[in-house]
Amino acid sequence: MERQDAGRSSTLDEPTVADRHASHPVRSARAGAPSRRDSARGATDHTHEFLARTLGWFSIGLGLAELLAPGRVARMAGLKDDHRLLLGASGLREITMGLGILSERRPAGWMWSRVGGDALDLALLAGALSGSQGNRKRTVAAMLAVAGVAAVDCFASRRLSRMAGWTTDDGAVRVNTSIVIDSSPESLYQFWRDFANLSRFTEHVEAVTIYDRQHSHWVVKGPAGYRVEWNAEITEDEPNRKIGWRTTSYAEIEHQGSVEFTPAPGGRGTMVHVEMDYHVPAGVLGASIATLFGNEPGQQIQSDLRRLKQIIEVGEVLRSDGSLTGKGRLPQRSAQPAEATA
Amino acid sequence: MKANCWYGAGDVRVEQVPDPKILNRRDVILKVTSTAICGSDLHLYNGLMPTMKAGDILGHEFMGEVVEVGSEVNNLQVGDRVVTAFPIACGRCLFCRQELFSLCENSNPNAWMAEKMLGHSPSGIFGYSHMLGGFAGGQAEYARVPFADVGTIKIPEGIPDEQVLFLSDIFPTGYMAAENCQIRGGDTIAVWGCGPVGQFAIRSAFLLGAERVFAIDRFSERLRMAEEGGAETIQYEEEGVYDRLMDMTGGRGPDACIDAVGMEAHGPGMLAAYDRMKQAVGLESGRPYALREAIMCCRNGGTVSIIGVYGGFIDKFPIGSVMNRSLTIKTGQAHVQRYMRPLLERIQRGEIDPSTIITHRMRLNEAPEAFAKFNRKEDRCVKIVLKP
Ligand SMILES: NC(=O)c1ccc[n+]([C@@H]2O[C@H](COP(=O)([O-])OP(=O)(O)OC[C@H]3O[C@@H](n4cnc5c(N)ncnc54)[C@H](O)[C@@H]3O)[C@@H](O)[C@H]2O)c1
Repeated sequence: MERQDAGRSSTLDEPTVADRHASHPVRSARAGAPSRRDSARGATDHTHEFLARTLGWFSIGLGLAELLAPGRVARMAGLKDDHRLLLGASGLREITMGLGILSERRPAGWMWSRVGGDALDLALLAGALSGSQGNRKRTVAAMLAVAGVAAVDCFASRRLSRMAGWTTDDGAVRVNTSIVIDSSPESLYQFWRDFANLSRFTEHVEAVTIYDRQHSHWVVKGPAGYRVEWNAEITEDEPNRKIGWRTTSYAEIEHQGSVEFTPAPGGRGTMVHVEMDYHVPAGVLGASIATLFGNEPGQQIQSDLRRLKQIIEVGEVLRSDGSLTGKGRLPQRSAQPAEATA
Repeated sequence: MKANCWYGAGDVRVEQVPDPKILNRRDVILKVTSTAICGSDLHLYNGLMPTMKAGDILGHEFMGEVVEVGSEVNNLQVGDRVVTAFPIACGRCLFCRQELFSLCENSNPNAWMAEKMLGHSPSGIFGYSHMLGGFAGGQAEYARVPFADVGTIKIPEGIPDEQVLFLSDIFPTGYMAAENCQIRGGDTIAVWGCGPVGQFAIRSAFLLGAERVFAIDRFSERLRMAEEGGAETIQYEEEGVYDRLMDMTGGRGPDACIDAVGMEAHGPGMLAAYDRMKQAVGLESGRPYALREAIMCCRNGGTVSIIGVYGGFIDKFPIGSVMNRSLTIKTGQAHVQRYMRPLLERIQRGEIDPSTIITHRMRLNEAPEAFAKFNRKEDRCVKIVLKP
């Protein structure tokens, strides 16, 4: 599987076990024990993805350093100054690959391009070694440093993700995202306040049953047909401005969320701002839930909001051949019409 | 139906695929009567565009006859003959209302991918990667057109396909490139690239009041075509572009420069070789040779209009020249919907005949051969029209 990817760095592939276990680094670390459904292979892929993403961040960091301070990096690596230009170039490559790795659902392809890049860097360093230019000791030290830096960087990028607000102090994952929609706070509030509407634009909410004005029951579909259900109650309700909710009693995914509607400047519609905190349980569900909220939960909710915008502004969710349901985060089909389904 | 599908760099195949269906209420289905290969398709063909998937149907320049109409399309009927705009646009969002159709906020189901690469997402585009929507393209016997009430223009009886097909992309694109130059009477404009887009940029610059247009390329047939459009030409392999342009403008430089080349520029000398090598090993995603030259040549306070496509990151961008000399950069995927009606009227008035740039007419079946030919610019090929 990995080998296949090597030659197809720019293609999107069919869903695989790896896809279903793709996860955000923070959560994959917490997800712990593999689920019943996990094959040994699945668990390994899972770890690979984590590593890949870490390396993606590493690429960007190293790339920035090479671009911004080529002289320093060159000196640190024991290279002569005329390698500066090359270093600047590899800096750019690092950044491009870092972005590539981070943006692919299956980063394997980009990982291979990283390996290629590393080979180039090593060749550069090795050239410096044999060419007796620069400083041999330093070059060897640089080669060793790359490994060390990678380790530090793993740590740093995890710290970074914390700082970006992906996890809160008590260990919940925090998601913050917003969109501008061409409508009034009043009508958006009303649309959202009827939770039954959520299934029209969110990727995973399948149905919401309204018990009374405060209480509702949610059915959310997970990977491989797995379903998660919970009861929710309204914790805050400021008409036309804000709605807050949280899960009650036993919920497999304990979470709380809120949505705020504020007029955008210049009368250009309404800013819809969603904030959610959720706790990911360890074990069986951990891995599934990682998928439920996507590689990057913020991005998934952003996509949900984008569909809400489509419903409000053009009346329905737009579909394409690659994204037949319009819920584009699902694995892409080829961009050609699907077989007629009866 | 038959369709031209992408399978990888240098690999397109005409295959049997399912017929398209109405998926949204503002869709129509077209029976394609003419379709063309665009310079932009070559970036896909050469494997330079990320997020392509084996089996993707290519093609964003097409026209045809409406055979099925979605329930919310009120301005089209079965049997209408229409040309389709390549950007997909809802017509209702903030950007569409400002006629910035290629920035539509509601037409890319995969906006999240584009956000990662570009920071924000542009509109969806037919047959142009999953990052731009994953929409099947129009190099096929039939095509689905979303938001068809906004994205098509009805063609009156009596005007042949070849006169109007390019309203789908390259005529509006070339026109927008010229419009972005903010031409005032007497201006001089230089155009890098005499491909189809460059040809329309040259002709549009004159339509918009330019006094002299300089056209730069290396293929004699393309340069000749530029001369037929009224331009003075520079063969960049034979003469230094900067020196020639300074000669022609008294050392001041053209008032505006158009980059109609994009990310696959060729060039003489070391710098171009350097770009080529870096692109090959993934060090940069474009070879901005022509763009750099356009910036350096432009007169102080002038405008650089970038219409050639760039995908990601480029290197050695002369920002110092842009900044210190008060240059303006204008660019974008063409907002085709904005231009289709006025340009159709220009065609009807006989001000321009877009069909003159067509050099090859082939069958859809021959798409693989046509792509190879256009990519290598063999056989004096400038523009290929395919008939399903
Ligand atoms: N912005 C848009 O909406 C839009 C729409 C369509 C096409 N495009 C882009 O416009 C560009 C041109 O498209 P086309 O169909 O004319 O393609 P094309 O490949 O036929 O033309 C490109 C031309 O540029 C010439 N060229 C290459 N290097 C050059 C250099 N250094 N100096 C001068 N000329 C050079 C080539 O010889 C060729 O004739 C492509 O990048 C395409 O993607 C943009």
